[in-house]
Amino acid sequence: MVLKYLIEKEFKQIRRNSFLPRLILIFPCLIMLVAPWIVNLEVKDIGLNVIDHDHSTYSGKLIQKIGSSGYFRITDLSGSYAEAMQSIQSNESDIILEIKLGFESDLLKEGSTQVLIAANAVNGTKGGLGSNYLAQIINEYSTEIRENFQPLPNTAIPVIDVVPQNRFNPHLDYKVFIVPAQMVLLLTILCGFLPALNIVGEKETGTIEQINVTPVVKFTFIIAKLIPYWIIGFVVLSLCFVIAALVYGIVPTGSLLTVYLFAGLFVLSYSGIGLVVSNYSGTMQQAMFVMFFFTIILILMSGMFTPVNNMPQWAQIVTIFNPLKYFIQVMHLVYLKGSGVWALCSQFIALLGFAVFFNTWAILSYRKKA
Amino acid sequence: MLTDKIIVAENLTKKFGDFTAVDNVSFTVNRGEIFGFLGANGAGKTTAMRMLCGLSKPTSGKGWVAGFDIWKQSEKVKKNIGYMSQKFSLYKDLKVWENIRLFAGIYGMKDKEIAVKADEMLNRLEFINERNTLVKQLPLGWKQKLAFSIAIFHEPQIVFLDEPTGGVDPTTRRQFWELIYHASGQGITVFVTTHYMDEAEYCNRVSIMVDGRIDALDTPAKLKQQFGVLNMDEVFQQLARHAKRSG
Repeated sequence: MVLKYLIEKEFKQIRRNSFLPRLILIFPCLIMLVAPWIVNLEVKDIGLNVIDHDHSTYSGKLIQKIGSSGYFRITDLSGSYAEAMQSIQSNESDIILEIKLGFESDLLKEGSTQVLIAANAVNGTKGGLGSNYLAQIINEYSTEIRENFQPLPNTAIPVIDVVPQNRFNPHLDYKVFIVPAQMVLLLTILCGFLPALNIVGEKETGTIEQINVTPVVKFTFIIAKLIPYWIIGFVVLSLCFVIAALVYGIVPTGSLLTVYLFAGLFVLSYSGIGLVVSNYSGTMQQAMFVMFFFTIILILMSGMFTPVNNMPQWAQIVTIFNPLKYFIQVMHLVYLKGSGVWALCSQFIALLGFAVFFNTWAILSYRKKA
Repeated sequence: MLTDKIIVAENLTKKFGDFTAVDNVSFTVNRGEIFGFLGANGAGKTTAMRMLCGLSKPTSGKGWVAGFDIWKQSEKVKKNIGYMSQKFSLYKDLKVWENIRLFAGIYGMKDKEIAVKADEMLNRLEFINERNTLVKQLPLGWKQKLAFSIAIFHEPQIVFLDEPTGGVDPTTRRQFWELIYHASGQGITVFVTTHYMDEAEYCNRVSIMVDGRIDALDTPAKLKQQFGVLNMDEVFQQLARHAKRSG
């Protein structure tokens, strides 16, 4: 078995490298311990400017309720909309809540009323999420009133209430969302860049020449380059599982084996991309930059940070060819929803396809003869 | 056995763009001989050798090595040759023994066979104490001897050596040639490029390449006679004087 000797050699080289073993162990720990605290999707401390034209008991209670929610800091009580805009301009406030004159009487007589929410969307996330939170609080408030207030039978107006229920992540805890995504990121970087630098590294040191002059089969050579990173991927993933469980208490709702199965396929496909890049590159520097280019685009288009459905139509079509997208889907579905292999059939087929495609390409693009 | 042609090159040509590195070269090498492949820097020696080893595709021309076509059967050629490149290309981050094991394994040798033969080889080289030394820690002369020994470890029919003694001290150079003679004695054909004209005298036959072409090919004795000089150095000087390319 020629493969045995080649794989043995790869592992010895990785082990003897002064940097790689440390990178493989420390990098995942660092990312898993630090990144979930930094990549914070939750919005807190939103500056709220309230314009209360009504000055009634009900409006007062609403303002009190908003203030005690923990998300908002009431920066000012302005007299007019123009005045409130001033505080937005000067960045003191993020959102304006205008309560119109007759808020209380409308509520009592008509059974419904309106408020105006205006958000500063320069920081889109803060503006969007902030007005969402605000709307939810107001919604809750109106339900409370309705429960306490017994209207006369003929003035009763049936109200259709929207009850948002965040399934599978009831408290919208962003860490449950970001931790599995970090694992994908780690596997992408380690199992993509290391193989990309490997073959081209042998070109730079000249050792590839001694290999090319042997009768080694191209398939065997590429497989021997692939398997070590596959195993490293499993080690890194297991390390991530342990940290996620111990530090954040996040364990997959579904089966760990499902995650391993898909991770195995994903690592194969992404390492395959790395090997293809390595085959076409003349220097490690070149391989590095090409990998950066593709990896950044693939991460941005993976749905890790922005949902794929929010992308323009053409971009959504491009994401069909992004292995990261499928693996992120799998991680979120298994971690949060507990999906099994059968529910992930399309992702399985996609990742299998990528693995076969890129590794075939890697074998074909490896040239023993110049 | 002298009629047995182990290498046949017919009109081998290699062009890199406008530059013709190897220009219509034809020659044969007999089984069992030590064939010296001489030429100035940039004359095309390495390129010609790489084509014969299946590392480089000829632009045109034909070639057979160990009876196999270099166009169609280059992987079969590779099974039957050993190659030592000009640039040291063993794994420096592997130990002496690990390099031997790796390449022997690639050529299909079994664990047991490798272990026995490796010890025998290391003993012969008086290398046995360096068995577990990282290759990068060896001095250059030792590296070259090791590279040669690994190139012939799988007992190929031919070994190609590209300037194997470049930068090596005279004592080690002498030892290296003893290794070459030992291999030759075991029936391995040696194809060697060199800059050292005293080494050319050790070869059975030599060819001298100038500007991508072979300008002379014969035994050292006959070449000296033909050019009416006393040593190979003067033969080389006379031919190289007309060279347009310089190193």
